[in-house]
Amino acid sequence: MANIHQFDVVVVGAGGAGLMAGLYASRGAKTAVISKLYPTRSHTGAAQGGISAALGNYEEDKPEWHTYDTIKGSDYLGDQDAIEFMCNEAIEAVIELEHMGLPFDRTPEGKISQRPFGGHTNNETGKPVRRAAHAADRTGHMILQTLYQQCLKNKVHFFDEYQVLDFLIVNGKAAGVVAVELATGELHTFHAKAVIFATGGHGRIFEVTSNAYAYTGDGAAILLRRGIPLEDMEFFQFHPTGIYKLGILITEGVRGEGGVLINGKGERFMPKYAPTVKDLASRDVVSRAIYTEIREGRGVNGRNYVYLDVRPESVNKYAALDGRVNPDGSPYAITGEQILQKLPDIIDFCRVYLGVDPVTQMMPIQPTAHYTMGGIPTNKYGEVVIDDKNTIFPGLYAAGECACVSIHGANRLGTNSLLDLVVFGKHAGLKAAEYAQTADFEELPSVPDADARAALEALRAGSGKENAFDIANEMKKVMFDDIGIYRNEKGMREAVEKIRELMERYKHVKVTDTGKIFNTELLNAWELGNMLEIAEVVGECALNRQESRGGHSREDFPKRDDQNWLKHTLAWQKDGRIEIGYKPVVITKYQPKERVY
Amino acid sequence: MDVTLKIFRYNPEKDKTFHYETYVIENAHETDRVLDLLEHVKGYNDGTLSFRRSCAHGVCGSDAMRINGRNHLACKTLVRDVGDKITVEPILGLKVVKDLIVDMEPFFDNYKKVLPWFINDSPLPEDGRERLQSPEQRARFDDATKCILCAACTTSCPSYWASDDYLGPAAFVAAHRFVFDSRDEAASERLQIVSETSGLARCHTIFNCTMACPRDIQITKAIGELKMATITGKIE
Repeated sequence: MANIHQFDVVVVGAGGAGLMAGLYASRGAKTAVISKLYPTRSHTGAAQGGISAALGNYEEDKPEWHTYDTIKGSDYLGDQDAIEFMCNEAIEAVIELEHMGLPFDRTPEGKISQRPFGGHTNNETGKPVRRAAHAADRTGHMILQTLYQQCLKNKVHFFDEYQVLDFLIVNGKAAGVVAVELATGELHTFHAKAVIFATGGHGRIFEVTSNAYAYTGDGAAILLRRGIPLEDMEFFQFHPTGIYKLGILITEGVRGEGGVLINGKGERFMPKYAPTVKDLASRDVVSRAIYTEIREGRGVNGRNYVYLDVRPESVNKYAALDGRVNPDGSPYAITGEQILQKLPDIIDFCRVYLGVDPVTQMMPIQPTAHYTMGGIPTNKYGEVVIDDKNTIFPGLYAAGECACVSIHGANRLGTNSLLDLVVFGKHAGLKAAEYAQTADFEELPSVPDADARAALEALRAGSGKENAFDIANEMKKVMFDDIGIYRNEKGMREAVEKIRELMERYKHVKVTDTGKIFNTELLNAWELGNMLEIAEVVGECALNRQESRGGHSREDFPKRDDQNWLKHTLAWQKDGRIEIGYKPVVITKYQPKERVY
Repeated sequence: MDVTLKIFRYNPEKDKTFHYETYVIENAHETDRVLDLLEHVKGYNDGTLSFRRSCAHGVCGSDAMRINGRNHLACKTLVRDVGDKITVEPILGLKVVKDLIVDMEPFFDNYKKVLPWFINDSPLPEDGRERLQSPEQRARFDDATKCILCAACTTSCPSYWASDDYLGPAAFVAAHRFVFDSRDEAASERLQIVSETSGLARCHTIFNCTMACPRDIQITKAIGELKMATITGKIE
């Protein structure tokens, strides 16, 4: 049969997690990395502010503090054993990136420079700590470039611009994937002992998002259809500072450097909501604060936005009021030139998209759909676990944003996503290679690409009365409005009904392009199907969880309820319905308590 | 406002040669990205229109194209920057595969030729920590680290149009990023590669690359520094 490739390990996705997995797996097994984009186009490259590790390069810091901050940030839904594992590995992980050549910014002594970020604190004083290692405001770009370069150096085998459509299961084990080569439209079967999904998130289901067009939840949707559950899908992070209307990310690093949020009355409002760390509270807290200001009529000009102010005079004024000092004890102050140097991309985005110069003007911002906390359930070695007893699915791995370890629980701390993908990408790669050394290839089904082919044919054969863009836009709007920052029973019920209606209409979606070469219309339509299925799961899980925790804020259940809801959600797609189960949260050293910043 | 969008079209499965199609987009806004307009055409005028895109804010490098005759990223070019009559064509010098999509393989092949990865085989610091580098040393190669491999520079260069084997500006930027990194040990190998016949000598300081770069990298300056290093043997 044509187009069958055999590799011990196949990695799907070539962002930070996929590249790290590919790099490590290829050292012990014949490995291929398959991506629908050229690897350097992956969304890791959009990450800005930093990667966290308790390096202590400016001031005292410890992995234990990082661990506690992450657990607290997760609103106690993160698994504490996995969080402790990640935070302990963080220092080595960041040092390894430096050894790979990553151009981190430097301290005066030549060490890796670090900046403060939301929710990262000195646990003794409660004050922000400089934990985010950074390369200007393009840390993710540098991680992506560096890992891609290392993969080239190590001759990792890439299949660029191949869209994976299906995951093959034989005898209850991983057997490979089926992909379409974009340039030819040909289907390819990748026969493998182990498959690692590193396909990123699904922020494109929301109207205002910082996420790339590619973020359509492909990996999670493929596995969902193959009977794998998804974990904690109700938890999605809205980043407080997206460019008004466009959603383009303005890094939390702006506030790390001293920027403050200002409402329509010209008031700095965060001290009301987070008296200790103020503008550097964790993201769910800040996003809700912004929404509350807007709802109570204190948006700018009565509109749905507030200002982010990093003008030197404002930064210096509020730093003095807060008593912020430099590591040597001198008062903290910043110049326009230093802002340009530390935040060049942010300045550029604002000038291009807003016509605003952040050194002299305030930036109009609103919360933007940013990060998928839930996803494919894994343990801390990247092995996919498929039930409440954490039963391992042989040969299947996941890492990065598509996975739910769970490190981020109900709310991720800034900079922990880059750390997540480096640490767990590595371990998934190591584990998959180790597995492949002893496992045998499962025999492929007689027509391995039959289901993938049928799925594409069904789209081509649609009766053609529905416009894919209309369906997508209606989905995005209802998800952002009703399953966004604030949620309630009525809105969510209507949203889920709307999603189901859109799923019906999707069956009649119009695909006019009958060609094979770069049929992006067909593939975009296929991605839309993934987004609708994911949106349904997000909606069902959000409706089901009757409490408020982290990024899941319910107006009808405003309090966290540890008695009933200190547990992970698992969701299966069965007979066209979503079935919900649970699994316990791993709690080791830190008993849940009220979360105050 | 209405925007008239003239787009280069070529479908290899149907067309013998390329042609242009013109679309009028009503109620466009001056802050719309050209990418938004292309998406609109794809959604509501012609679903077969094909182009690459991902991040939509100028950091992934997918959507380099010629807009009114100059190379830009479609996601970083607003209607107010280019006016209400917009012509969109694929970047030059790479084979057109379909509509605005070109074959990027030769571009990435050239990138790979300059050993675009960190090389330092000396022992790691004994304390298990980072290699040290002063802020000044770090700043020396900062500009080149911004490159997103979009190919806007290389495909704006007449020398590249004239010869397929010319390494091109993007490959030089990649070389510069490592040659001037105080931690890297393979500068001489890279300088050797970029000084071969398909290399630096074919740069005629036309500055198209610098004008085209959506990341504002001073590419011609970087090439000049590489040229100087190959002549003097000194990396300063």
